[in-house]
Formats: sequence, C-alpha cells, structure tokens
Amino acid sequence: MEFLTVSNVHHTYFSKDTATEALQDIHLSINKGEFISFIGPSGCGKTTLLSIIAGLFPPTIGTVSIEGQSIFGNEHVSIGYMLQQDYLFPWKTIEENITLGLNILNKDKERGEEVTSRLLNAVGLPNIEKKYPKELSGGMRQRVALARTLAVDPTILLLDEPFSALDYQSKLKLEDLVSETLKKFGKTAILVTHDLGEAIAMSDRIFLFSPRPGKLHKTFEVPEEMRTLTPFEARAHPHYSTLFQMIWKELESLEHTKTT
Amino acid sequence: MNIQKLHEEYKISLIKEKRWTRFFQLVILLSFISLWEAASRFDWIDELIFSSPSKIAILFIEKINDGTLLTHISYTLFETVLGFIIGTLAGTILAAILWWSPFLSRVLDPYLVILNAMPKVALGPILIVVMGPGMTSIITMGAIISVIISTIVIYTAFKGVDPNYLKVLQTFNATRLQMFKEAILPACIPTIISTLKVNVGLSWVGVIVGEFLVSSQGLGYLIIYGFQVFNFNLVLLSLVIIAIFATIMYQLVELLEKVLLKNG
Repeated sequence: MEFLTVSNVHHTYFSKDTATEALQDIHLSINKGEFISFIGPSGCGKTTLLSIIAGLFPPTIGTVSIEGQSIFGNEHVSIGYMLQQDYLFPWKTIEENITLGLNILNKDKERGEEVTSRLLNAVGLPNIEKKYPKELSGGMRQRVALARTLAVDPTILLLDEPFSALDYQSKLKLEDLVSETLKKFGKTAILVTHDLGEAIAMSDRIFLFSPRPGKLHKTFEVPEEMRTLTPFEARAHPHYSTLFQMIWKELESLEHTKTT
Repeated sequence: MNIQKLHEEYKISLIKEKRWTRFFQLVILLSFISLWEAASRFDWIDELIFSSPSKIAILFIEKINDGTLLTHISYTLFETVLGFIIGTLAGTILAAILWWSPFLSRVLDPYLVILNAMPKVALGPILIVVMGPGMTSIITMGAIISVIISTIVIYTAFKGVDPNYLKVLQTFNATRLQMFKEAILPACIPTIISTLKVNVGLSWVGVIVGEFLVSSQGLGYLIIYGFQVFNFNLVLLSLVIIAIFATIMYQLVELLEKVLLKNG
C-alpha cells in the first residue's frame, strides 16, 4: 500500500544572482511502516527533500501526499521531525518539552503527564520529568527529543541526521533504541544520513541521490533477513558488507562523474 | 574525609577572598569621604563649589526634617521607575511587531536608525509644549530615551533565535503567535534583562533632564535650583541621592535576573 507519494517534485532555490536547482524530477513512494534512508553526496538535495516532505515549505513544482492528502499546510497530517541536535527548549522541563507538541496542537492536554511517563519509559529514561535539559547528557537529550517527536503520534517520522552529533557508543545505542521504538509504535520513517553503515543497518530500503541537481539515482533493497535484526546485529550480518561495498562503489562512481 | 576537609578549606578561602574585596571597597569609600572632608576643611578645594560630606549630611538632615526632600525623591523615583518600565515595555512590544512583520521592519529600518541617532532629550521642549510642564512630560522623557534602543536591541535578539527551534514548532503546525510565545520571547529573556540594566541609567538621564526643563519638583529640579542660587551643597546632595537610588534600582534588576534566569 502506498503511504507517502512524492511525484514530479522539482525545487529551485532563488537568490539575487543565482537560481540553484536543488531537486529535479523526484518520484518516489514509501509504504506504511517502512524505514527509508536518503543518502548521497553533499548537494544532492536530500535535506531539501526532507524539509519539503515535512511541509516546512512547498516544492517549486510537484506534490507530496500522505494517504492521499497533500502535506503542505494540512493540519491533519502531523509530522515528527528530529534534527541533528536535540533542540530541547532549555527553559522548559523535560515534561514541558515532551508535551510541547500536544499543547500546540491542542490535543490530549489532560493526558500529558501519562504520555510523558510512558514515552520516557519507552526511551529508557524514567522519572526525569522535572529535570531541565542542561542536566542531561547529549545522548539522553536526543532520546528526550525522540520522545517529544513521538508524543504527538506523528503520521511519519523524519530524521535529519539525528545521530551525527553523538559519540560512537551513544550513536549505536540510540540507533537500536530508535529502530526498536519505531517498530513497536509501527511508525514509518525517513532517515537522512551521511553514514552509509547506519543507513544499511537501520533501513528497509535505501534511496541514493546524485548531486547538482539532486536526482534519485538508485534504490537499494536491504535483504529481508537483515530487516528484522537490530541495527547493531545487522552490522554483523554477512550481507552487511556486501551491500556496503555495492553502495560504496555506486557512491564513488557518482563522485567520479562529478569530477570528470 | 580528606576531600571534605579540602572542600571546607576551599570554601573558607572563597569567603576570605570575598571579605577582602568588600574590605577594600569600603576603604576606597571611606578614604574618598575623609579626603573630601579634609580637602574642604583645609581649603585645598573651594568649599563653596565642592561642598563637604559633613555639610551635605547636615543639609540632608535639615531637608528630611522639613519634609521637602522626601517629596522630591518620591517624585523623581516615581517618574524614573514609570519611564523605565514604559520604555522597556514599549521597546519589547515594538520589537515584537517588527518581528511579526518582516515587511514592516524593512520599511521602518531607516527611521529607526534616524530616531536612534537623534538625541532624544532635544525633544524635551516640544514634549513640554504638547503635554504641559508636568509629570507626564517628564515620564515621557524617561521612556522615549530608552524605547528606540530597546526596540533595536531586542528585535536583533528576536531575529537571532536559532531557526531550528522554530522548525521544531513548525512541524507541530504552530502559529506565529505560538512561536513567539514558546520560543522567541523566552529565548530572549536574557537580552531583555540586559536592556533593562542599560535602561535604568537611561531613564535617570531622561527624568533628570525633564526635571531641569520643567523645573517644579524632583531631584533634577533641586540640582537646577541649587545651581541658580549657587547652593552647591544642595546640588551635591541631590547627586549623592541619585547615585544611591540608581544603584538600588540596578541591584533590583540584577535580583530579577537571578530569579528569572535560574533555569536558563
């Protein structure tokens, strides 16, 4: 079943002197419950595409729809967006941070406390409701950011390199946690990343983009038997390095065509 | 425990350091006062112009007893505090309007620059003609002197808030008002407090100049009056009182800062 469809999307950034084409002719569709990664060299427009899917701005041409509804300016579609840093509001307590979305969307207000404690348990950080973000470590804060994102029960989760600012150990742990949590809640997710290994370990499918202008270059399916594993286990799977080599070569060839 | 002992020692050394600082601050104050008194008694300086601490103290007691000084102080304090609050509040509101409408802020940009560059106290005579020679004019002086610079500083802070906080809110479909309430305003509280600190000084300038011009009541009036009748005891007494109250106001703002920013 097609859940999210991106059809005929073009996007151009305008400035006084230049018009830069960031995305050209993007068509793709994602099924419900799938975990997708966008990878590609810098300048391939993957973050632009993620912002468009998030409804932060409309594409120059084309449409994005979830379950048949257009995304931009649609109040019924709620998007979960996780950024490179946690962007927890330092003047709010953890509980106030997690219920921020609920309060803004004006839903489940009275269940705020319950939602908070359930989600904090799910991300393995019980009983920190009354603390402030500055009292937590980077990895813990990113887990709270995940809880904040999940609190509004989003239709789809967009992850914009959420692990890249963490140290390696926290990163591996958080990958497992995110993957497990999303599976448990049955969420569809798109991850933008520079880390090829992370993309393979976490995803069901990987979309490779080529740069200037950004185009969808190739799609890779992660083998069925790896999808059920946690990201950490998937990294040890024999198919992991095969797939890694394959995508790596493809990435290299993109770099090549760019320079010659 | 050894660590505990070391910690105790460290805390004691901190207290000692603080005491020494206070001690030398007091030494400076006392030597300034004694030197002033001595210089005036031994005619190193002209007593008629520079007065002396003892004469100021005598005048202070005299004026307190006949009740006139307290009236003047309360007038000036009331005007300053009100001018200060109105100036900062109006500055914040103007900054919010500019943030709300980027188009308006582009349109108004050159006018803000002109208004900021202009010496606001020069508007004094016009204010007095329009509003009458009374408290309203003086409070307005105390407010307009700080409103434009507050607007500019706070608006710059509003614009400087990390756009990623807004992105988070935007994904929750937040309205612009919600963005302002949830992110922009709380993120800029430190800036608003630091403009408060600057505005304490500015409002005193506005109010004192206003009282010079209106010349009916207040510490600014006492200064101008003392100057005209060549009573410099009175001028210096007013100056000392202004210094004390301006410091108290500044300390209060710092207290407010501590309360508001304890979780920042």
